[in-house]
Amino acid sequence: MLSVENLSAWYGQARALNEVSLDVAAGEVVTIVGRNGAGKSTLLRSIMGLHPKTTGTVSLDGKPVDRLAPHQRTRRGLGYVPDDRGMYASLTVQEHLLLPRAVGPNPWPLERVYETFPNLADRRGSAGTRLSGGEQQMLAIARVLRMGARLLLCDEPTEGLSPLFVARIGEILREVKEAGVTVLLIEQNVHFAATVADRHYLLAEGRVVDRLDNDQVRSREHELLDYLGI
Amino acid sequence: MQHIFNGLVSGSFLAMLALGLAVIFGMLGVVNFAHGAFYMLGAFGAYLLLTEWGVNYWVALAAVPVALGLFGALVERVLIRRLSALDPLYNFLLTFGLALLLQDLVRREYGVQSQPYTSPLTATVDFGLFTYPAYQVMVLGISLVVCLAVWLVLSKTRLGVIVRAATERPELTRALGIDVGRYVAPMFGFGVALAGFAGVLAAPMRAVNPLMGGDLIITVFAVVVIGGLGSIFGSVTAGFAIGLITALANLYVPTLSQTIVFILMAAVLLWRPAGLFGREEAFT
Ligand SMILES: Nc1ncnc2c1ncn2[C@@H]1O[C@H](COP(=O)(O)OP(=O)(O)OP(=O)(O)O)[C@@H](O)[C@H]1O
Ligand SMILES: [Mg+2]
Repeated sequence: MLSVENLSAWYGQARALNEVSLDVAAGEVVTIVGRNGAGKSTLLRSIMGLHPKTTGTVSLDGKPVDRLAPHQRTRRGLGYVPDDRGMYASLTVQEHLLLPRAVGPNPWPLERVYETFPNLADRRGSAGTRLSGGEQQMLAIARVLRMGARLLLCDEPTEGLSPLFVARIGEILREVKEAGVTVLLIEQNVHFAATVADRHYLLAEGRVVDRLDNDQVRSREHELLDYLGI
Repeated sequence: MQHIFNGLVSGSFLAMLALGLAVIFGMLGVVNFAHGAFYMLGAFGAYLLLTEWGVNYWVALAAVPVALGLFGALVERVLIRRLSALDPLYNFLLTFGLALLLQDLVRREYGVQSQPYTSPLTATVDFGLFTYPAYQVMVLGISLVVCLAVWLVLSKTRLGVIVRAATERPELTRALGIDVGRYVAPMFGFGVALAGFAGVLAAPMRAVNPLMGGDLIITVFAVVVIGGLGSIFGSVTAGFAIGLITALANLYVPTLSQTIVFILMAAVLLWRPAGLFGREEAFT
């Protein structure tokens, strides 16, 4: 469904991604692991069309989207959960949920969002930036579900969350996968990654250096955690 | 009491100008230096219509903002949009140049001395304790209504949600499927129309001259910064507050009346770098 070929990205003269190639098939959950500064967020931003300086090709369903603006890419089914959770200070929780444009075949109705995330229902009148970290993450995910995106790009959704919220995010990702949605997930928590994902890419200094399946991740967990500096 | 009134009246001008400036800055990342020139054009437009064609104030109040709004949308489409991919510095230079150009075009025709514009209302209103010119009372009323109407649209409609989101975080808003570009020219035009509207309102009470906008706009920049970049609500509130504070300073510490805005701005920035209603992340 998603295919990235020889993607490079720069910040000024500094190269953050170096000829990255990867594929994600429809219905898969794939994670990207890598140290801080490896280029993971830059990769998602580039796929979304939010990074100004890139070369290489990003295709969705076999069609290149390189020339498309971010909002046009959403029409092809992309949904983005940014690493800073993308909260607006000037929008209430409910407005966060009303803002995104429905693009996919199955946009979640508001009632379903509130049933699935009762916390958000309780806080529907609060500004997005006033929520707790976990609630913000729920809202960021709920927001792309409202769009009915077919491919979710999630940038470290579990970062800094309590185990309770991490477990909740795991449930949601599995539920979303059940519904046939594809997910490309950035995750430092390799233990968690092995419980939700089908396979993994290891990114280092802007390059894909390894591909792992869940068994490999489990058997190399200590080595990986060591490498990631956790 | 009278001073509070004066403060609210000048505050309402600041609020209307700051509102447009805040939206333009948020959505485009452009510090629109020409905003003061558009305000000046509003006042001059009213003056020209009256002296050249005998068009009265009320018609000008409706027609001038519409014309300027269209002109503003055109400027965005033809000039500003072309530079949007480049360093913001280019648009800074563009709007700065545009401001000088518009100012000098008017100056060439009319010189720098102020043109008189007779007030459409000459009566005064008796408030018991003091009397106040009816025109100023009307200006205050109209600008409150305009700010309220804009606030209602921004807070209650889907358009409002989109504009607030696009003002605060345009890139993120694109990633949520909104074609922000489609809203940019109309909102730029709207901001300019509001500046023109303020200009027409100002014509009968302020000196109509080519420099009137340049003098005011520096204060408006301070207002937007104090209110918080990216916050529409903050700019309007700060506009009225600064108008009041300046008027009171004028009364009690006249020597400070010119500088108090900037002292406030420095203080607010030290205390809350993102402005009163801004969010810190707006700077990254
Ligand atoms: N705005 C920027 N300007 C310049 N360099 C940047 C910028 N953002 C990121 N970089 C650099 O690009 C590289 C990749 O950054 P990126 O944010 O993609 O890493 P990451 O893998 O997401 O890290 P983290 O785990 O900390 O989120 C890093 O070396 C970083 O220093
Ligand atoms: Mg990151």
